[in-house]
Amino acid sequence: MLWYIGRRMLQVIPVFLGATLLLYAMVFLRPGDPVAALGGDRGLPPAAEAAIREAYHLNEPFIVQYLYYLKGIFTFDMGVTFTGRPVVDVITQALPVTFQLAMMAIIFETVFGIGFGLFAGLRKGKFFDSAVLVWSLLLIALPTFVIGFVLQIVVGVQLGWLPVTAGRDPDFVSLLMPAIVLATVSFAYILRLTRTSVVENVTADFVRTARAKGLPRDKVVSRHVLRNSLIPVVTFVGADLGNLMAGSIVTEGIFNINGVGGTLYNAIIRGENVTVVSLTTVLVVIYIVANLLVDLLYAVLDPRIRYA
Amino acid sequence: MTTTITITDGATEDVPVVEPRPDANVPLLEVKDLQISFTTATGTIDAVRGVDLTVYPGQSVAIVGESGSGKSTTAHAIIDLLPGTGRVTGGSITFGGRELVGLKRKQTEDLRGREIGLVPQDPMSNLNPVWRIGTQIDEALVANGFQGSRAERTARVAELLGEAGLPDAARRARQYPHEFSGGMRQRALIAIGLASRPKLLIADEPTSALDVTVQKRILDHLDDLTAELGIAVLFITHDLGLAAERAEHLVVMYKGKVVESGPAAQILKDPQHEYTKRLVASAPSLASRRIQSAHERGQEADELLADHPDASATAAPEVVVAKDLTKVFHIRGSRPGASTDFTAVDSVDFALPKGRTLALVGESGSGKSTAANMVLGLLEPTAGTVMFDGRDVAKMSPKEQFALRRRVQPVFQNPYGSLDPQFSVFRSIEEPLVLHRVGDRKSREARVRELLDMVSLPQATMRRFPNELSGGQRQRIAIARALALKPEVLVLDEAVSALDVLVQAQILTLLNDLQAELGLSYLFITHDLAVVRQIADLVAVMKDGSIVEHASTDEVFDNPQQEYTRDLLAAIPGASLEIGG
Repeated sequence: MLWYIGRRMLQVIPVFLGATLLLYAMVFLRPGDPVAALGGDRGLPPAAEAAIREAYHLNEPFIVQYLYYLKGIFTFDMGVTFTGRPVVDVITQALPVTFQLAMMAIIFETVFGIGFGLFAGLRKGKFFDSAVLVWSLLLIALPTFVIGFVLQIVVGVQLGWLPVTAGRDPDFVSLLMPAIVLATVSFAYILRLTRTSVVENVTADFVRTARAKGLPRDKVVSRHVLRNSLIPVVTFVGADLGNLMAGSIVTEGIFNINGVGGTLYNAIIRGENVTVVSLTTVLVVIYIVANLLVDLLYAVLDPRIRYA
Repeated sequence: MTTTITITDGATEDVPVVEPRPDANVPLLEVKDLQISFTTATGTIDAVRGVDLTVYPGQSVAIVGESGSGKSTTAHAIIDLLPGTGRVTGGSITFGGRELVGLKRKQTEDLRGREIGLVPQDPMSNLNPVWRIGTQIDEALVANGFQGSRAERTARVAELLGEAGLPDAARRARQYPHEFSGGMRQRALIAIGLASRPKLLIADEPTSALDVTVQKRILDHLDDLTAELGIAVLFITHDLGLAAERAEHLVVMYKGKVVESGPAAQILKDPQHEYTKRLVASAPSLASRRIQSAHERGQEADELLADHPDASATAAPEVVVAKDLTKVFHIRGSRPGASTDFTAVDSVDFALPKGRTLALVGESGSGKSTAANMVLGLLEPTAGTVMFDGRDVAKMSPKEQFALRRRVQPVFQNPYGSLDPQFSVFRSIEEPLVLHRVGDRKSREARVRELLDMVSLPQATMRRFPNELSGGQRQRIAIARALALKPEVLVLDEAVSALDVLVQAQILTLLNDLQAELGLSYLFITHDLAVVRQIADLVAVMKDGSIVEHASTDEVFDNPQQEYTRDLLAAIPGASLEIGG
């Protein structure tokens, strides 16, 4: 097991370097000169331009610039935005809200997705199963903003149960509706994944052996059907954690949340490369860590992987 | 009393109190007129139609039948574990005087494990890969009301594993199924089946997935154990020899019905029903000889077989010669730098004379299939050579190797896996002709028709798809495909192992006829010595990558030189029995 963890940790290093290099190269190759743009139509005095280029190492070769960028990441010195605000500040403000939102969504989609999927799988071909399958397909087909607006109108405005938007520094209750909206599509996927997996495992030979032992049904399901069915689900949840962190732009927009998605969107529109690169780097790191956790969880769930 | 576990959960059901000495005249299990149906999209299928069966306490009974005969379905109905849509639609199953059909779920759960144990068929898939072996046995104890602390249970688990014949049981109990070999897993499954000392043990093909020598050891052990504990055993098997050897009473099933039942010895000596007669006649026992059609070639087999293989080689030219053939695999270890070399085939020599059959015999892991793959040119030898018609296969150019494929064709074990389900029979057989640009569309179709005739299938079969055909028909098609390019050598890798005995006998006869007709040479890879006797002229016995004995078939069977060969021969189920009156 220790060897497995060690090997898996070492694999993080090339992934991190590769991802950041690619990211940096893409922004580097972006058309337009940010320094020239600073001067607007009139242009900067040559001396000032040279000074800026000197200060930001823009005259150095690409690879040296990349190394400066790496150094910045490890020293938490990621530069400043156009308005002079440190990028680290921007990130520390946007990240916690998004993180809370993503965590709530993950909990929602896994608990309900696995729950409904398990029950549907155990009742394969019955009414509950068919109903759940149709509904989940519908949820996958509907765009996120439709679900968001409908919930806002019904639950927020007409019933008045939950706040319509989250706004600045949102609390748990006001994040509830955005979290549900954010989770719907993945919920449907997890449900279907769990169901398929359960259907497959219910007829497995080892489940029959477990029943033949005299094990009560609830134990057969929890110990032999569910645990084995979770292995593919865990893979999906891990990948989804990264998506939820980065891809909540639409949901954050609908509910007026100042999270990572909105910040990134605005930075891209404004061409604020420093913010884009820094924020994306943070997302890359989150993605890598999430996948590392999944792989470790994998090894816990399936002993065969520890030795592979 | 010592072997039963007291029921303490205060259940109100009238489970008969277990007498210290059960009355041997009162049936333990009585199945009467049992009917079982499966519902499918196209209607209901009656899998079991009126089965009667009686097992007395401590008795061993075997249900014998081919796949699809309903033997496993009957057994699973007894503990209410019918797969899918299967339902008992009629008849009764009484156990210890109590009706089992229509029991509530909770009552059935109490019965399973405690009263009736199950040892399932395939040890590879019947243990949950994510739980430790010990945990899976422990579950059986807890579920059946074992009273004791965690430490006591751990000790009991080790005791049960040890009793099932697993050495170093306490440490083994902490391992996972993937760290166990097939035989070890089967022992763990036996430990689970016997954990709560049931009165009846259902053993559903308990060893059919294992090597013969392992099979024999496990069955011997199971015999001793159940006799000692006074447990009645219901064997389910396709192997008449095994059934007759292990059970006192036989029940022969065919197409969902019991066609004959009675004492084992009597059924073997004097089978009454037509099906049983055929089964007894084609049982691949030691009594059987080389199938006769081989002799129709006009060669006196005895003369040839009496000689040493080297001597007989001078009589017929050798078409395939393997010399010092070696294959080493690198196996990656669990930690860096821990990779090891595994020698699958260790400087092996054999020669296949033209028009003859050489059998490579061995248990799983003996290297026989690896050797076959090197002959086929699918694996590159680490050292040594395979000479085909005097030319080194490894030194051939890609073009020459392509040409070689026309002359050496394989037939694999699993006809379900080796035919593309998307291809019609015609396309499957035609494909090699297309690849090698033989003839035009019209002549190819004529050739496919001719090949279907050769393997005794109606020509109309060519429009059908593999899923519409039985296992035996599929294997015939695999043979037809192999023959399409008019090869000189067929490599038959366990080509009849997946088939029922009667079908197996038909395919072996077909292969013999084709050999006589077309002058084919066969390299026959198998673990089944009984089959070898029916088809092979020469035998090479492999063990751990080396050939331990290489001689003519009669020599190997009548006068085995090596201890290992003698063990293999002794392990053939039914080897000690006189089959057929």
